[in-house]
Amino acid sequence: MTPRQKRFAFVGLGLLVLGVATALVLNAFQSNLVFFFTPTQVANGEVPKGRSFRIGGMVEDGSVKREADGLTVRFVVTDTAKRVPVVYKGILPDLFKEGKGAVAQGRLDADGTFVASEVLAKHDENYMPPEAAEALAKAKASGAQSSNTLIVQPQ
Amino acid sequence: MIPEIGHFALILALCVALVQGTLPIYGAAVGNSRLMALAAPAARCQFFLVLTAFGCLAYAFANKDFSVLYVAATSNSQLPLHYRLAAIWGAHEGSLLLWTFILTIWMFAVTLFSSHLPEAMRSRILGVMGLVSVGFLLFMLSVSNPFERLIPAAAEGRDLNPLLQDPGMVLHPPMLYMGYVGFSVAFAFALAALLGGNLDAAWARWSRPWTTVAWCFLTIGIALGSGWAYYELGWGGWWFWDPVENASFMPWLAGTALVHSLAVTDKRGGFKVWTVLLAILAFSLSLLGTFLVRSGVLTSVHAFATDPKRGLFILSFLAVVIGGSLLLYAWRAPRVGLGGGFAPVSREGFLLANNVLLVAATGAVLLGTLYPLFLDALDLGKISVGPPYFDSVFVPLITPALFLMGIGPLAQWKKAEIPDLAKRVRWAAGVSVLTALGLPIVLGEWTPLLSLGFLLACWIVATAVVSVREQLAHMVGGGIGARLARLPRAYWGMLLAHCGIAVFVVGVTMVKGFETEQDVRMGMGDVATVGGYTFRFDGVQNVRGPNYTAVRGTFHVSRDGRETALLYPEKRRYTAQNQVMTEAAIDSGVVRDLYVSLGEPLEDGAWSVRLYHKPFVNWIWGGCLIMALGGALAVSDRRYRPAWRREPQAVPANVQLAGR
Repeated sequence: MTPRQKRFAFVGLGLLVLGVATALVLNAFQSNLVFFFTPTQVANGEVPKGRSFRIGGMVEDGSVKREADGLTVRFVVTDTAKRVPVVYKGILPDLFKEGKGAVAQGRLDADGTFVASEVLAKHDENYMPPEAAEALAKAKASGAQSSNTLIVQPQ
Repeated sequence: MIPEIGHFALILALCVALVQGTLPIYGAAVGNSRLMALAAPAARCQFFLVLTAFGCLAYAFANKDFSVLYVAATSNSQLPLHYRLAAIWGAHEGSLLLWTFILTIWMFAVTLFSSHLPEAMRSRILGVMGLVSVGFLLFMLSVSNPFERLIPAAAEGRDLNPLLQDPGMVLHPPMLYMGYVGFSVAFAFALAALLGGNLDAAWARWSRPWTTVAWCFLTIGIALGSGWAYYELGWGGWWFWDPVENASFMPWLAGTALVHSLAVTDKRGGFKVWTVLLAILAFSLSLLGTFLVRSGVLTSVHAFATDPKRGLFILSFLAVVIGGSLLLYAWRAPRVGLGGGFAPVSREGFLLANNVLLVAATGAVLLGTLYPLFLDALDLGKISVGPPYFDSVFVPLITPALFLMGIGPLAQWKKAEIPDLAKRVRWAAGVSVLTALGLPIVLGEWTPLLSLGFLLACWIVATAVVSVREQLAHMVGGGIGARLARLPRAYWGMLLAHCGIAVFVVGVTMVKGFETEQDVRMGMGDVATVGGYTFRFDGVQNVRGPNYTAVRGTFHVSRDGRETALLYPEKRRYTAQNQVMTEAAIDSGVVRDLYVSLGEPLEDGAWSVRLYHKPFVNWIWGGCLIMALGGALAVSDRRYRPAWRREPQAVPANVQLAGR
């Protein structure tokens, strides 16, 4: 091979590696984005089926119920317009409280309950997770009336 | 009065920094040695001024001066003194002061250890650092002044976030900043080289130890942060791919690439332009990291909106530093030249591949960290990028880099032969493959990742052994001990740092593969078994701390009927902000950690409890420590000692060879 050909081979190889890396990154990126939805969006059926996503809002007062095993917790997340029932098995973060903001990640099951794999609440009493704050603000902005009907997902 | 002195010292420091950032650089350009000579005294003067400011803030904290807004916001009269002092860097304003203070420490160090540099070079380096300092001082004085008064004074402070009241957190920010800011020296060296238009091997040799020291601090800082997250957050995880963590990890990746690229520039005069670019990249990412974490933009991009002046300043500062240095790079880099040529299969080739992989990994982390921020800022919706993304991208990118790490030190410079290399590493490869296949069987579980982890760790150590053997075989005379002692410290440092990576990989592999976790409801006297250890819950009692009240649980841990540990996890309530915190209890060991944290109280004195058995988790931080020690050992090598201190001594030719 002449030096010129060699250099081309070198550059070509580099581009190939870079291309593979880019494809890898973008592919992984695409399949691991977790989108955020407000309870209102969940009620309107805008959420992806069979894919994990996040919801955020306020933990409704008086909605936290613990099951007999002591670990499974049921509560309702609301943006004051719509309510989504959530079930979570495990230990909740220190700052999880009724009437405070929370964000949960998980999937919607067939009967419209959000099965959370993770519940997030940051470590500051005054702090509202930004997603939760936004959900409340959006519901307020759209002027939605408060409703007490639990959402039941169509189908 | 004292806070005003501090404030005034900062203003004076800004004036000095302006002088230091302009006149010496101008002097170097026109060849005026009197202007150039200003650099060192200005830098020292600035150090003492910022030291004064720092001391004043420390005094305000020690004295519980709640008429200073920042003190009132981050401390409390019941907070113990050591945490009050650590509260100096507990929030935005104070950590900026710490950043600037550390920058002046590095400047001071440069003035001490640069007497052998050419005058123009030295004044340009200090000048560039002075300009960086101007940016930070301006930022503090204009929009985030730590000495701002609170009138009327608060009767009581708001207290430091309880999460930060921990020895790990006391040390983590200064270490991290030592690393971040240390890259400013490499950055200043790079810009000075661009300004001067010449970049020779001597340049690389000067900047190498500085970069390595910064890298060591950064490594320790990240390890401390990770360890803190592990025992303080109560979730038992050691790395979450959280944006805050990524912010410190990106400069580390770029810095690691820089350390290796500098080695090529030093030894072979190659990679010149690339090295300069990496130096700019590493420091830019350090700046980005500082601001990402401390500006509040990560908690919400709207934090910028609440104080638009701060946001605007940060963005323009980043634009000036990064944009300015890249412009300078585009303009002057052609003068610097590419450096010597080399064959694709050579030590340079392997190091280049390694560098590209590290930079690609940096890019992938950057994408995952910033993309959600951009979307949010443009109001295109809220998303988050989860750990699976980082795991699935990072592992394939870093695996070949770790493989090359074994081969690189064995390959010749300039041109190596693959068949020859293959022959030399065949034992290492054989041992690694056998371990990768055999060890999981012995441990009773097989997954591809488990084998991959063992393969890489064993490969790194085995190739290091091959390397040492070859070095010894090439030397003439002396016993094994004498020959080992003749190998240069830089060489040992490299091997040690590489073995640190191996230790780290073993830790990660074992934790990922074999950790067991259980969330259980435990009543008085209940027993649960995790990872072969039996945990018995013996109830809780109330205890009082200096600024909190707590419920303390008692756990007896036993294995095969023998008692191994007594653990006391706590649930604390910090009184100042009425904040609840979980304080996990950990029994640490070389091959396993036992970890208990209290969840919530349930009926009849029962608690929900989280139990972990974490095999080899300490190897993760141990590996980081070994890496940093390796770096320190390399820096102590005689070849970096200033010429005037180096004893004239004939070094045998074969030893010099070994140093490569």
